[in-house]
Amino acid sequence: MKGFRGLLITATGLLAGCQTVLMSPSGDLALQQRNLIITSTVLMLLIIVPVIALTLLFAWHYRASNKKATYDPEWDHSTVLELLIWSAPLLIIIALGAITWVSTHKLDPYRPLDRLAAGRPVPAEAKPLTVNVVALDWKWLFIYPEQGIATVNEMAAPVDRPIRFKITATSVMNSFFIPALAGQIYAMPGMETQLQAVINAPGEFQGFSANYSGNGFSGMHFVFHGVSEAEFAQWVQKARSSGGDLSRDAYVKLAQPSENVPVTYYATVEPGLYRAILTRCVDPESRSCMTRVDLSPHESADASRTMHVNAGSAGMADSPMPQPHSD
Amino acid sequence: MLAHPDLAKLIFGRLTLEELPLHVPIVLGTFAVVALGAIVVLGAITYFKLWGYLWHEWFTSIDHKKIGIMYMILGFVMLLRGFADAIMMRAQQAISFGDNMGYLPPEHYDQIFTAHGVIMIFFVAMPMVTGLMNFVMPLQIGARDVAFPFLNNFSFWMTVAGAMLVMASLFIGEFARTGWLAYPPLSDIVSSPDAGVDYYIWALQIAGVGTLLSGINLLVTIVKMRAPGMTLMKMPVFTWTALCTNVLIVAAFPVLTAVLALLAMDRYVGTNFFTTELGGNAMMYVNLIWIWGHPEVYILVLPAFGIFSEVTATFSRKPLFGYTSMVYATVVITVLSYLVWLHHFFTMGSGASVNSFFGITTMIISIPTGAKIFNWLFTMYRGRVEFEVPMLWTVAFMVTFVIGGMTGVLLAVPPADFSLHNSLFLIAHFHNVIIGGVLFGLFAGITYWFPKAFGFRLDPFWGKCAFWFWVVGFYFAFMPLYMLGLMGVTRRLSHFEDPTLQIWFLLAAFGAFLILLGIGCMITQFVVSFRRREALRDVTGDPWNGRTLEWSTSSPPPPYNFAFTPRVHDHDAWWMMKKHHYQRPLSGFLPIHMPLNTGAGIMLAGLSFVFGFAMIWYMWLIAAVSFALLLLVAIAHTFNYHRDYYLSADEVNRVEASRTELLARHV
Repeated sequence: MKGFRGLLITATGLLAGCQTVLMSPSGDLALQQRNLIITSTVLMLLIIVPVIALTLLFAWHYRASNKKATYDPEWDHSTVLELLIWSAPLLIIIALGAITWVSTHKLDPYRPLDRLAAGRPVPAEAKPLTVNVVALDWKWLFIYPEQGIATVNEMAAPVDRPIRFKITATSVMNSFFIPALAGQIYAMPGMETQLQAVINAPGEFQGFSANYSGNGFSGMHFVFHGVSEAEFAQWVQKARSSGGDLSRDAYVKLAQPSENVPVTYYATVEPGLYRAILTRCVDPESRSCMTRVDLSPHESADASRTMHVNAGSAGMADSPMPQPHSD
Repeated sequence: MLAHPDLAKLIFGRLTLEELPLHVPIVLGTFAVVALGAIVVLGAITYFKLWGYLWHEWFTSIDHKKIGIMYMILGFVMLLRGFADAIMMRAQQAISFGDNMGYLPPEHYDQIFTAHGVIMIFFVAMPMVTGLMNFVMPLQIGARDVAFPFLNNFSFWMTVAGAMLVMASLFIGEFARTGWLAYPPLSDIVSSPDAGVDYYIWALQIAGVGTLLSGINLLVTIVKMRAPGMTLMKMPVFTWTALCTNVLIVAAFPVLTAVLALLAMDRYVGTNFFTTELGGNAMMYVNLIWIWGHPEVYILVLPAFGIFSEVTATFSRKPLFGYTSMVYATVVITVLSYLVWLHHFFTMGSGASVNSFFGITTMIISIPTGAKIFNWLFTMYRGRVEFEVPMLWTVAFMVTFVIGGMTGVLLAVPPADFSLHNSLFLIAHFHNVIIGGVLFGLFAGITYWFPKAFGFRLDPFWGKCAFWFWVVGFYFAFMPLYMLGLMGVTRRLSHFEDPTLQIWFLLAAFGAFLILLGIGCMITQFVVSFRRREALRDVTGDPWNGRTLEWSTSSPPPPYNFAFTPRVHDHDAWWMMKKHHYQRPLSGFLPIHMPLNTGAGIMLAGLSFVFGFAMIWYMWLIAAVSFALLLLVAIAHTFNYHRDYYLSADEVNRVEASRTELLARHV
């Protein structure tokens, strides 16, 4: 038993000690996911390690040449053992299942954050930073509606301020992933997914698409800057002073397929552009433009969570903007 | 042809000379090697005047044993192709860092990983699993053939036709660049206008017909053709897993056929099932394809579980521990495999309750699977374990598979999956279970039943060499990928910025190289065993002191398998017979009703290939003609009343007498 515990500690140490981004992340959500990975692994090792050990032990001990080992050629049933071998995995899975249910709800990417880090609840006056993310062929566009700026293949956010990502795509499916910050979520055309996260440490972190999307996929990465509020203001200022205008025309040009696109800043963004992208109405005449938003308001139903803006009857172009439902 | 562009278009569709890869040296080189190999093989067949033999004894054969062997050969040949893709990917990822873009441009690399996945699942694992079930299962249940012998031959050739389409894409046009499940919108006509996805669709549709028909065939065989006395709970465990697998095939493959048909309609006639406009929804495709895709995993692994059960019992010299719970575990896995598909896309934005449900159902599958592992463990307990090559694979499987199972359950925890999904951790996981489970099982099964199929054992020395290279190679190739996954490295990348990752990819490439040596040892093993076949000869028909009925007949078995249908009293029927000093009947043989060979299967599959190829290239005229011919041949075949014959009692007597003599000489 002692040796077994030692093994466990070694295994945990190996996992925890690794300086990999998933094992030492900088965002609270990713950190909780890391802890969950470790807890689940340890829980499963409780059964995996004995099984491997017993396999090797039995294989060795009962080898044909070991005539000292007991040989019982008719023994093929034992009710007690059968109960044991079904209930041992069952108990582990009951524990893991409970952890899964609780953690899946707690770490739901759509759920507004209730803490910045362990023991630090979100202050009442904190206002989340909204970032609209668009996956294009093959680069990332970040629109900051409050700041009125946009960037390509670079983004920044203040440390310890909740971020609310709204994510969509233009042509094919991608997956928005900043491993140090939080888990990934798919970016899909005509649909909006969400991610609520917070970065707890300053630094430069890798972000990329985690779902293969064609030729330029390998070059579809960006840097996520975790910065102080002051630095964030400077960064916004930099975009405002050095960037061009993201008009519809500029966007249409940007949306053309391109690879390994350098960082670009836009000082202004045409109002309603993100919504036009989401509803596929950048060109209002296009046949893919969704003129009516059909968002069934099943507030708590899971089915409506990946907001799917359905095409409907024409002539209702002035329908209200699709509202992502709150949980 | 050039003078009449319309006529050329009518005949050749969108196929032009530009589609031939004359300007891509890698493909051209591959083509030269393949063409040279084909010329050598075809030349040798012609030189040794083997065409007639192959046609009459193999291609048109409806003997389940020969069809099973042909499935295995197809699987092995395609394994070489799929592995060549793997080596190319490992080489690209090992060098493509920073300024070095590697030797494969993305448009080529993307085809390779797509082809690798498609080939390994559909044209390596599936044919091998089907082949083993085909060969072993009728022998295990004491049957003379499968329920529908002609259908069996037809199914095999349809699988070959699908494989040929994939191979054709290497040299004519290109293969899909979408990943092995071809998710839209990437696979729709806007994002993938070329022929690649069409190759994918038609290869899988044609092979899928074969898989589905063979599923029905084997299912009916097990249900209707068991020897008297063999109740369900007296079936050998491999037959049980075959039953469950074929239930899964029959229930799951129509879903694949339907979803690919919908995708084909989106691409060919402009429907909008999965497009981003006019109400189409790509999420529907992802759901549907995984409703097929997850049961598919169990279609592959259940027969492997069956093989391990047979091997463990035989080489531990004990009955399988907990036969009943093994059967129930298999059935529970069969049912549960339909309730877990969403775990392949937790990250699509389903709610926490939906994700939890599918996460927990996934975990529940690990309970019967865990019970199975314990059953094998306690079969070894108090046994006399002989480490013949099949048993080595089994022990390696038990150790390797539990690791893969553990990472699988980890991926089933949705918040953990948000971090690990689509990463190399996922790649490591499924190779861990597919190589460590399915492939190790197939290799154990091939070594175990090879003497039954050919009458001589496989050379154990080269078998052990192959075993060690494969197992060590596997760990070298995939453990680094787990690590890379934890570093947040995603799958399907053809180029990396961070040079610190390179060492892990080099290790993985080294592992792939070891596996290459393992495959080399396997080929050597076949050659050496063939040359030493007299020394390795199995005259008894029971080289391993087996427990189930297939070991009661000669190696290789006569065309009719059993002169008299055996009567079964226990799930280890042959073991019981041996214990009760069973005497082979030596006289009183009766004429045996046998099916006749037919070339209809190969003709239908050939026409299907032409039809598929024509559809891929929009050759409407050829498509229409070949489809009409397809129907015509199928209908004409139904008028063929000359389908069976009786093997005379004298002939049976002669075959059985020669076996009696052989047994007498070697006792």
